[in-house]
Amino acid sequence: MGKEKITGAMAVRRALEAEGVEVVFGMPGGTILPIYDAMFGCERPRQVLVRHEQVGGHAAEGFALATGRVGVCFGTSGPGATNLVTAIADAYMDSVPLVAITGNVATSLIGSDAFQEADITGITMPITKHNWLVTDVHDLPRILKEAFYVARTGRPGPVLVDIPKDVQNAEFEFEYPETVSIPGYHPPVREEPRLKDAAALIRSASRPVLYLGGGVRSAGAHQEVREFAELLDAPVITTLHGKGAFPETHPLCLGMFGMHGSKYANFTVQGSDLIVALGARFDDRVTGKLSTFAPEAKVIHLDVDPAEISKLVTATVPLVGDLRRLLPQLTAEVRRVFAEQGRPDLAPWKRRVAEWQAKHPMRYEQAGQKYLLPQYVVETLWRKTGGKAVVTTGVGEHQMFAAQWWKTTEPRQFITSGGLGTMGFCLPSAIGIQLGRPGELVIGIDGDGSFQMTLQDLATARDLDLPIKIFVLNNLFLGMVRQWQELFYENRFAQTPLPDRPDLVKLADAYGCLGLRARTTEELDRVIDQALAHRDGPVIVDVRVRRQEKVFPMVPAGAPLNDMIDGE
Amino acid sequence: MERTEEKPAGSTHTISLLVENKPGVLHRIAGLFSRRGYNIASLTVGPTERADYSRMTIVVRLSTKTVEQVVRQVQKLVPVVEVRELVPQDLIERELMLAKIRTPERNHAELRALAETYEATIVDVSPDALVVEASGPAGKLDALEERLRPFGIQELCRSGRIALERGFKTLAPPSIK
Repeated sequence: MGKEKITGAMAVRRALEAEGVEVVFGMPGGTILPIYDAMFGCERPRQVLVRHEQVGGHAAEGFALATGRVGVCFGTSGPGATNLVTAIADAYMDSVPLVAITGNVATSLIGSDAFQEADITGITMPITKHNWLVTDVHDLPRILKEAFYVARTGRPGPVLVDIPKDVQNAEFEFEYPETVSIPGYHPPVREEPRLKDAAALIRSASRPVLYLGGGVRSAGAHQEVREFAELLDAPVITTLHGKGAFPETHPLCLGMFGMHGSKYANFTVQGSDLIVALGARFDDRVTGKLSTFAPEAKVIHLDVDPAEISKLVTATVPLVGDLRRLLPQLTAEVRRVFAEQGRPDLAPWKRRVAEWQAKHPMRYEQAGQKYLLPQYVVETLWRKTGGKAVVTTGVGEHQMFAAQWWKTTEPRQFITSGGLGTMGFCLPSAIGIQLGRPGELVIGIDGDGSFQMTLQDLATARDLDLPIKIFVLNNLFLGMVRQWQELFYENRFAQTPLPDRPDLVKLADAYGCLGLRARTTEELDRVIDQALAHRDGPVIVDVRVRRQEKVFPMVPAGAPLNDMIDGE
Repeated sequence: MERTEEKPAGSTHTISLLVENKPGVLHRIAGLFSRRGYNIASLTVGPTERADYSRMTIVVRLSTKTVEQVVRQVQKLVPVVEVRELVPQDLIERELMLAKIRTPERNHAELRALAETYEATIVDVSPDALVVEASGPAGKLDALEERLRPFGIQELCRSGRIALERGFKTLAPPSIK
């Protein structure tokens, strides 16, 4: 690319074009005006106007998680930037590649408590992989190049580039660098991977289990994981973000474990003598009480982030590196060891697992119920779509019902806020997903509490004519909190009942969207068909469900993983 | 299986960092320590043989296991070029101390003798106060501090530890040499 004299704002546009960015979510404001002006009329990246910067951030996350590409969002200084904070924190917890670009007051005003000034680099330091305050326009091309590079490489994550208004207006000779050189950003892996030790452990284990996390999705390693799992022929359990890392319809797959995992999945991990963790971080929501977690298990832990190794559970054999590159090497080594020494006999272990599955199935009973059960709603949606949809959720009971009953078969098919647990994630995420995967059916499974946190951006979804279908499992409660109140606070429903407003059908209408409602199984059948057939913009379905249906099984926070309560 | 549920009280570890000399780097590192609950006993930062890099020496009191975590977490920070725990037997450590002693003039001679024993110098003298400057390993300064206390320490200031490894080893990775 030759040199030419342009403004910093135009340099941002050129950099986004050079990075192949397809869409930018955001909202203009005083200090990001020059950038918006430079983007005026730009078709690629396309500009999406949201009604709140947080939504722009989550939409960029949804886009990134659905496509595997970097999500991009803009915000102005001060409140525009601080509104992005929740989305950035969410992306940090869930390792989502995100580039947030904010305007700031002119460099001469920084530190003077100027109008709409916020120290957004200071604020986002603990929730970004890295961030930059650009004080000299000449640094801008390099910093933008580095920002995209840092966001998508290694363990992906969010970065923020804060650009004061005078830097946006300054003219300079622009040249976008082709390579990146950051002296402190080559995570040094000093040791050779201990593949032989790992293979030996696998050969000697009689009760192994594979534990898959969101790292499989980040690495795009589901094929490699499948080959490895089928070679081991061992049970597979996943985290919430591991859904899709391995088909949940596969006979080896036990689905999700942890706080709301199945009993059989939790019994399996607790009874195992070897855990092979791939791209997972032993979050408290999956381990339960750490000191009682899988007491007899040795651990092989493969992760791209060395800081995750032995952070919570000590790895017997750590393997640091990119899953997609490293796992086939381990597969080859295990294959060699099996050929030489024979396969371990896992038949007794698999029989035990099958017994747990038979004895403690996941279940619910809609027949004879006066009200719709949320589990039934999710399963009916799954059945009627053949599971061929990208699903996203808010946070709460509906999210766990979706995780339990939506059987995910493909990677990037179940997109949710896991680590931070951000209510309001569903609608923004659905917007980003649908833009990233225009031809596909995008279904949001939301709760009434969660939906109300970001519903103003129905306007955005309508502006773009996105055919997203949001099913609000409406129980007129902040349901997950109410569930805890039922179980641990003697049914004292402090501030969890939600009044029956707004009327979601009228609300949908007000935003020019199709609004539907279902209270019975017959109505549900009908509205699902209607919603799936509707192509002219978003559909909001108000599904009235049994108000006090709880998510079971459940491991109380801080309890051992095999200490599950259920509805009996 | 071993676990790390609680952070056991630990021993003193010296962590040495080579960082890019850019605004906000100290904030990033200090912030990481505070949000992950790693207590800092001392932190020093200063220029190095290259203008674009600074060197930090951070002393922590933590279990060996936690220190490994600290090193890995710090390594993830983009402006941190290299970080390592320096092993005590390969370590040259120094600290600087200034102590203002308020004591009658008749004690000055005794103080001077004491200072000499510890290779310290008197850098300021007024009728009823003097300032002692000393440097050396932390243990030596602790001992001197103890000996000075009966004379009446008015103010004391210690720099925190700086350290280098013995021999030809350096912290800088080959990529920046």
